[in-house]
Amino acid sequence: MPVPCRRDCGKNAVLKRPKTGDALCKECFFWAFETEIHYTITKAELFNKGDSVAIGASGGKDSTVLAYVLKTLNQRYNYGLNLLLLSIDEGITGYRDDSLETVKQNRDDYEMPLKILSYKDLYGWTMDEIVAQIGRKNNCTFCGVFRRQALDRGAAMLDVKCIATGHNADDIAETVLMNVLRGDIARLKRCTAISTGSEGTIPRVKPLKYTYEKEIVMYAHYKKLVYFSTECVFAPNAYRGHARALLKDMEKIRPSCIMDIIYSGETMSVKEQVSLPTQRICSRCKFVSSQEVCKACVLLEGLNKGLPKLGIGKSSKAKRMLEEYNSKQTQNESNKLEEAVKDLKDVSNVATDKSKGLCRNKKNTNKENDNVDNKCNKNNCCGGTCKSNAKNIDPAVSNKKLNMLLEQYGLDEQNTEDLSNTEKANGSHIEGENSDNEEPTVNGDDEDDTCSSSCGRLGSLQIGF
Amino acid sequence: MAEPLNLSIHFGGGAELLFDKIKKREVELPALKKYMPDCQHEKWTIRELLQWIKDNLLKERLELFMQGDSVRPGILVLINDADWELYGELDYEIQNNDTILFISTLHGG
Repeated sequence: MPVPCRRDCGKNAVLKRPKTGDALCKECFFWAFETEIHYTITKAELFNKGDSVAIGASGGKDSTVLAYVLKTLNQRYNYGLNLLLLSIDEGITGYRDDSLETVKQNRDDYEMPLKILSYKDLYGWTMDEIVAQIGRKNNCTFCGVFRRQALDRGAAMLDVKCIATGHNADDIAETVLMNVLRGDIARLKRCTAISTGSEGTIPRVKPLKYTYEKEIVMYAHYKKLVYFSTECVFAPNAYRGHARALLKDMEKIRPSCIMDIIYSGETMSVKEQVSLPTQRICSRCKFVSSQEVCKACVLLEGLNKGLPKLGIGKSSKAKRMLEEYNSKQTQNESNKLEEAVKDLKDVSNVATDKSKGLCRNKKNTNKENDNVDNKCNKNNCCGGTCKSNAKNIDPAVSNKKLNMLLEQYGLDEQNTEDLSNTEKANGSHIEGENSDNEEPTVNGDDEDDTCSSSCGRLGSLQIGF
Repeated sequence: MAEPLNLSIHFGGGAELLFDKIKKREVELPALKKYMPDCQHEKWTIRELLQWIKDNLLKERLELFMQGDSVRPGILVLINDADWELYGELDYEIQNNDTILFISTLHGG
């Protein structure tokens, strides 16, 4: 039996609203859905007349609906906004390339200018290349951190007042839950804010903060909006996936739990004695960060130095890795002269003392490697185009140098093997450092450092944001 | 004996990825008593339809579509373009020529 619309409009209901339990017809649902978002926008004073607003657009359901609704409300209530679409191309073949086609469709359908920024242009690396370096384990961290910064940069280029993202109520409840589960108080405090951004940064706003995912999908369905719904090709974030499944199970039993979790997050207060990281400016890229150097710069440095695990896990670990790396360099630098002199002196003895020669040989080759790395670090923004520092040195070059040394010192082939063993051992050491644990309290700069897309779904804006 | 049932089964929002990327299927259901001799009633409901889909259409990654005898939370079900929550969910008795749509909310952002 058809159920009549709750508003007595005479039509049959098409859906039961999760938030209120009301049965509404299509037209009344559209009205309720749009009006609630309008109310959210005006109550929180997200926009001012005449603002330029960038919509973080992934081509997914949330950002597609956000773009459509903002365009509708902008006209209906005369917001006077200049709306633009901003997309990030992470360089994920078979995923982002397809979804960007959807964004281009949005651009044409909604008549909004579109700006696409790519990781390749910004960082010198595509996600495909990053995954080739680091494997599939922690790639969502790179993707999330880079995307966040990429959006900031894009917004700065477009000269907009704020960035509107498609985070919905389910996403936010999920994030609250995750931050509770991880004891991440700093993020817990921030994650329910409808507008984030401090002095000197471009604010992010979430007009869909109180909008249920179910209603977004139903709205897109009834409005026949075209959106992209393929899973990211890289492995999803397991932890967020569990939080998500838990939330969906609870929502099934009691749909209002989504709003209740958000409410809990909003009203929770943090004890004064809990120390929170303070926001400052990254000393390298000048974007906002909770650390001296922001997470994006640490990750990028890791990639460019061939230490891709740098920045995964605790920041203290990253610091240690970098310190080791740097101290090795400095030490080598200062020893260089001394070494050279010593080497010169030793040359005459080499022929008679092979074992000593082997020792020296190793050291020298390492030094050569480090010097190459060094050069690259000096112009920091080689942006990965300079792959020479990634993973050791080009084997051909290395061999040539090695052979030269071998010739010079009259050593035999066996030594070469020794050297490569040392390198292997170093490599696996770095592997061993890898940890899945994310640092909970530090790094406030990445509110969503996982994929917001269902890739675990922080993912969504994640660009989807 | 009940007549065979004809219905359209649609998948959207990424749910079609679990079904060979085919979004629309026309299917004919046999008499329920033949298909499930143990069933207590004669008319197909969504509950039995899900079982049939599991047996006939879903080849892999069952857990991404189903949970227990229902759909996985996060997958919306629309019966003739209306929310199944208005129609008794699993207990809805399927009529001839019904269209049942499954939309995943779990994909993409």
